[in-house]
Amino acid sequence: MSDHEYTPKSKAGKWFNDRLPLLTLANHLTDYPTPKNLNYWWTFGGILTFCLITQIVTGLVLAMHYIAHADMAFESVEHIMRDVNYGWLIRYIHANGASMFFLAVYIHIFRSLFYGSYKSPREIIWIIGIIIYLLMMAAAFMGYVLPWGQMSFWGATVITNLFSAIPFVGEGVVTWLWGGYSVDNPTLTRFFTLHYLIPFLILGLVVLHIWALHVPGNNNPVGIDVKKPSKDTVPFHPYIVIKDGFALLMFMIVFAFFVFYAPNILGHADNYIEANPLVTPAHIVPEWYLLPFYAILRSVPDKLLGVVAMLSAILILAVLPWLDTSKIRSAVFRPLYKQFYWILVADVLILGYVGAMPAEGLYLLIARVATAYYFLHFLVILPVLGLKERTIPLPLSITEPVLGGSPNIAMAKKNESKIE
Amino acid sequence: MKNILKLFSVIILFSVSSVNVISAEKVEFLKTDWTFKGLFGKFDRASLQRGYQVYTEVCAACHSMKYLSYRNLSEKGGPEFSVAQAKAIAASFEVTDGPNADGEMFQRPGKLSDKFVMPYENVKAAEAANGGAYPPDMSVLVKARGGGVDYIYSLLQGYEEAPSGMILDDGVHYNKYMYGNKIKMSAPLSDGIIEYSDGTKASVEQMSKDVTTFLMWAAEPSLEARHQMGFKAIVYLIILTVLVYFSMKRIWSRVKSEV
Repeated sequence: MSDHEYTPKSKAGKWFNDRLPLLTLANHLTDYPTPKNLNYWWTFGGILTFCLITQIVTGLVLAMHYIAHADMAFESVEHIMRDVNYGWLIRYIHANGASMFFLAVYIHIFRSLFYGSYKSPREIIWIIGIIIYLLMMAAAFMGYVLPWGQMSFWGATVITNLFSAIPFVGEGVVTWLWGGYSVDNPTLTRFFTLHYLIPFLILGLVVLHIWALHVPGNNNPVGIDVKKPSKDTVPFHPYIVIKDGFALLMFMIVFAFFVFYAPNILGHADNYIEANPLVTPAHIVPEWYLLPFYAILRSVPDKLLGVVAMLSAILILAVLPWLDTSKIRSAVFRPLYKQFYWILVADVLILGYVGAMPAEGLYLLIARVATAYYFLHFLVILPVLGLKERTIPLPLSITEPVLGGSPNIAMAKKNESKIE
Repeated sequence: MKNILKLFSVIILFSVSSVNVISAEKVEFLKTDWTFKGLFGKFDRASLQRGYQVYTEVCAACHSMKYLSYRNLSEKGGPEFSVAQAKAIAASFEVTDGPNADGEMFQRPGKLSDKFVMPYENVKAAEAANGGAYPPDMSVLVKARGGGVDYIYSLLQGYEEAPSGMILDDGVHYNKYMYGNKIKMSAPLSDGIIEYSDGTKASVEQMSKDVTTFLMWAAEPSLEARHQMGFKAIVYLIILTVLVYFSMKRIWSRVKSEV
């Protein structure tokens, strides 16, 4: 992994390191050459690691006080809020932490889309990332079921019912998932078990994600390969550590605002009503971070095709490195792609908005158009654009744009204005 | 730094827009100045105590509050009755305990550790006594309704004559703020229905405000602690962020690059 041989200075260190090269690993992580032109969009990897650890630690404490039983879950959450020392704080950090986690992961993913970080040679990093994202959604969904409120119960009913769309075996699969003939205690206990398991799977995948990253090294805003170590790179410590730390603190201020001053604003009021299988809420909506996919699901009139569309919307990301035919990574040098990128961002935000609205009338129409565009972007626009687009010449090294005044950049700017 | 600001504003914008999506409410609720809102929001102690009086003398006839205990009444950040007062309140209720050594259930006066006594044995009994409608438990009611405190406050004052043309079944009342405008609960408050022990005039508006404040505390007993800790945490984070920012500038000044 490391580009140079490392020998610990102390004798004891050398003895240990010969048997288990942890010190070599630590040395690799501190010295890891990082492009020096990384901007703040690159700090979300560190922020996400923080989110994962926060969720695991707070979740561990919550699990000590929570009771996974249909008759006691809701009460045990109130017990945590009222009688456990700082239970309210831990629960609010965990509940809002999920939202913060998704906020960060969406920024992380869209950063990758803008700067083409998923392209060769980083396809494996990207695919592992998509698997992590899928697991995050599963963990978040099951976590939302645990308080056993109305939205927990009915959300679980709606989502698990999606599996009934599978031809022939659908009904059987749903009964198997529920552990009975409706969402009930067996469903709750297995969701709790899986909710506890998945974060550790994510943790393992994060290790692989970072490992895979450290093979080619970071992409950067210019998107060209960087010789490392060289004038273009800085060692991870202290340069990137302090920068990530600074960004993390900014992020924590936003996080703290939600936890302390608006802890319930991202949740749904109905989830403070205990689950009641006999009363269906007026609108069943998932948490905000799942809304775009919920909109895609509902925009297709057929149940099975709706499920297929929703799953495809996520899985299409996994093959993105091969759908995008452009060799140029960064959108900075792709004037047309840059515009389509922002249209996609708007499209996903619109999907999220209509996902929260009732699926009828104008909302449904908008959802259908936005869904169609989403697939159009990945299946048609990206492959064609890579072949047709006139890109701006790349600079020779990242030092040029960093220092400014390079002839390449001036040329790039001129070309850009011409194309626009 | 410009980049940081851009990033920061994107995050804020995003959070705000997602919030708007979720809390889309159409009815205009009545507004009043809640002391517990805002950065330093605290409960009005006297209002909480009056609110408890409204709850116990009016609402508690039908609405349970099963997650609260009498000890909560004397705890910090709540109505803060004295321990002696809370004990007296608890003792004024009959609690079923047991079984005793003879295997029988028995009645005894309430203790601080007891949960609030419920008006009905179970949900079915509550429904039977209220024309089929279950009076919801009030422990977390404020958090379980879209408009929160404003909704409850408005609902209590939202009883009106039904508009002509609207046919109401027996035992159903018209309320401006209720979802669908039909509510099974008859107007619970009327001027002077109770006599406040502190001499405050018991108008419907006053009682609505007091009992809603009490319900807010019941749903969020740690609200004051949360606001206090939040302020400290955020000030601490801001100071640390500034310090780290300058350390970062210092460290990066060794490299010919912009942070």
